[in-house]
Amino acid sequence: MTHLDTELQALKTDLLRMWSLVIDQITRGKKSLLELDQSQAQLIVMNESRVNAYELKIDRDCENLFALFNPVAVDLRCVLAVLKINTNLERIGDNAESIAKFVIDVDEHSFDKKLLEITKVVEMYERGCEMLVDVYNAFDSEDATIAKSIFEKDKLLDQINHEATRTITKYIRENPDNIEQALLVLSTIRKLERLGDQIKNIAEEIIFFVEAVVLKHASKSRRTPL
Amino acid sequence: MNKIETRDVHLYYKDFHALKGITMAIQPRTVTALIGPSGCGKSTYLRLFNRMNDLIEGVKITGEVIIDGKNVYGKNVQTDALRKKVGMVFQKPNPFPKSIFENVAYGPRVNGMSDKKFIEETVERSLKQAALWDEVKDKLKKSAFQLSGGQQQRLCIARALAIQPDILLMDEPASALDPISTSKIEELIYSLKKDYTIIIVTHNMQQAGRVSDDTAFFYMGELIEYGPTKDLFTKPKKERTQNYITGRFG
Repeated sequence: MTHLDTELQALKTDLLRMWSLVIDQITRGKKSLLELDQSQAQLIVMNESRVNAYELKIDRDCENLFALFNPVAVDLRCVLAVLKINTNLERIGDNAESIAKFVIDVDEHSFDKKLLEITKVVEMYERGCEMLVDVYNAFDSEDATIAKSIFEKDKLLDQINHEATRTITKYIRENPDNIEQALLVLSTIRKLERLGDQIKNIAEEIIFFVEAVVLKHASKSRRTPL
Repeated sequence: MNKIETRDVHLYYKDFHALKGITMAIQPRTVTALIGPSGCGKSTYLRLFNRMNDLIEGVKITGEVIIDGKNVYGKNVQTDALRKKVGMVFQKPNPFPKSIFENVAYGPRVNGMSDKKFIEETVERSLKQAALWDEVKDKLKKSAFQLSGGQQQRLCIARALAIQPDILLMDEPASALDPISTSKIEELIYSLKKDYTIIIVTHNMQQAGRVSDDTAFFYMGELIEYGPTKDLFTKPKKERTQNYITGRFG
């Protein structure tokens, strides 16, 4: 193993640790929303600083690798991918935190749990968690096929997000005294839709790293799994 | 039209098969880097273009080496005329034991130029092209050996430019130089590209990346991969290329 191999391995290990933490944050977020569990939500807010610390460390390590090792070819693509995945994971962490803050702010006794059911927000959360674990495995095993499967899975998030406006509008018409809760759930749905986009960005970076193919802004046909 | 082209070139040093069927085309006014481990054939390939390999005993060459549409190994090719067209700079600066001025004037003089004004203009132009004029203009009569290693190398480049070649061959031109001198040579290569076709042998991957438009990777006498430098250093097509440029060779 070369010196560069050792450094790259350490970088990947740090990224996977950060990734595990972000998966925990999203999974805990789902639980806290479903059960309106404020203690879980507070734990998410507390852990956000750990996600940020990882982001800073990985940024610095990538910078050092560029400066000291001048990576090329697959090594260069690896560091570039890590740099961009790092940014996306940090943003996913931010989303987990803002959803957690919504759970902290909501009055668990007056909250209408029907909102979670009719908007399918929990289903959305589950799909998001599944996708985040998939891209983790794709990166860990350097498997572009797993990464390519993400684009299809994201369609459910887009669909639920698309239906949400109509569902929430109907709910507000029927429950005009509960507009605030409805809008908060809608905002959570928007964040989860964004989570899907961030995971797709990560999948694109994995494919770039493994296969040297750029899928950013590519047509849908090019994203189809093999 | 290609400036340089080789078609199925094989070269043998007696029994040793040093180049194995190299087919490659080089565009005019580009920089091409030849990379590969020691003994891979890259310097041998470079020396095809000015027929420097001819000087080695037991060399046998087959295939075609074409410059400006003419096979340089064809009948009636004069090596002196070829070497005027194809200048060469070596790894170690090798100025003549003469003054700075006479080093650069040497080429035009041995090619029959005697007009003093013409020679002075040629020396000034060549030293300016080699980015050395400002540093030596007040000491042209001093010995070339008084210059630093980096300056000596640029003097050798000026000497090569003085005979107005079309092509410049550079065999590890910066490997014996410090980072500042290396940077000056690299800047010089970049600026010379607009007038010359340059082929450079280098062991420095970053240098190949910085200075060249195209890169050819040689291994054990074979051309493994040849293409735009930016592609070769980001997404090489062959695993052997990737292993070499990422330092995982062997």
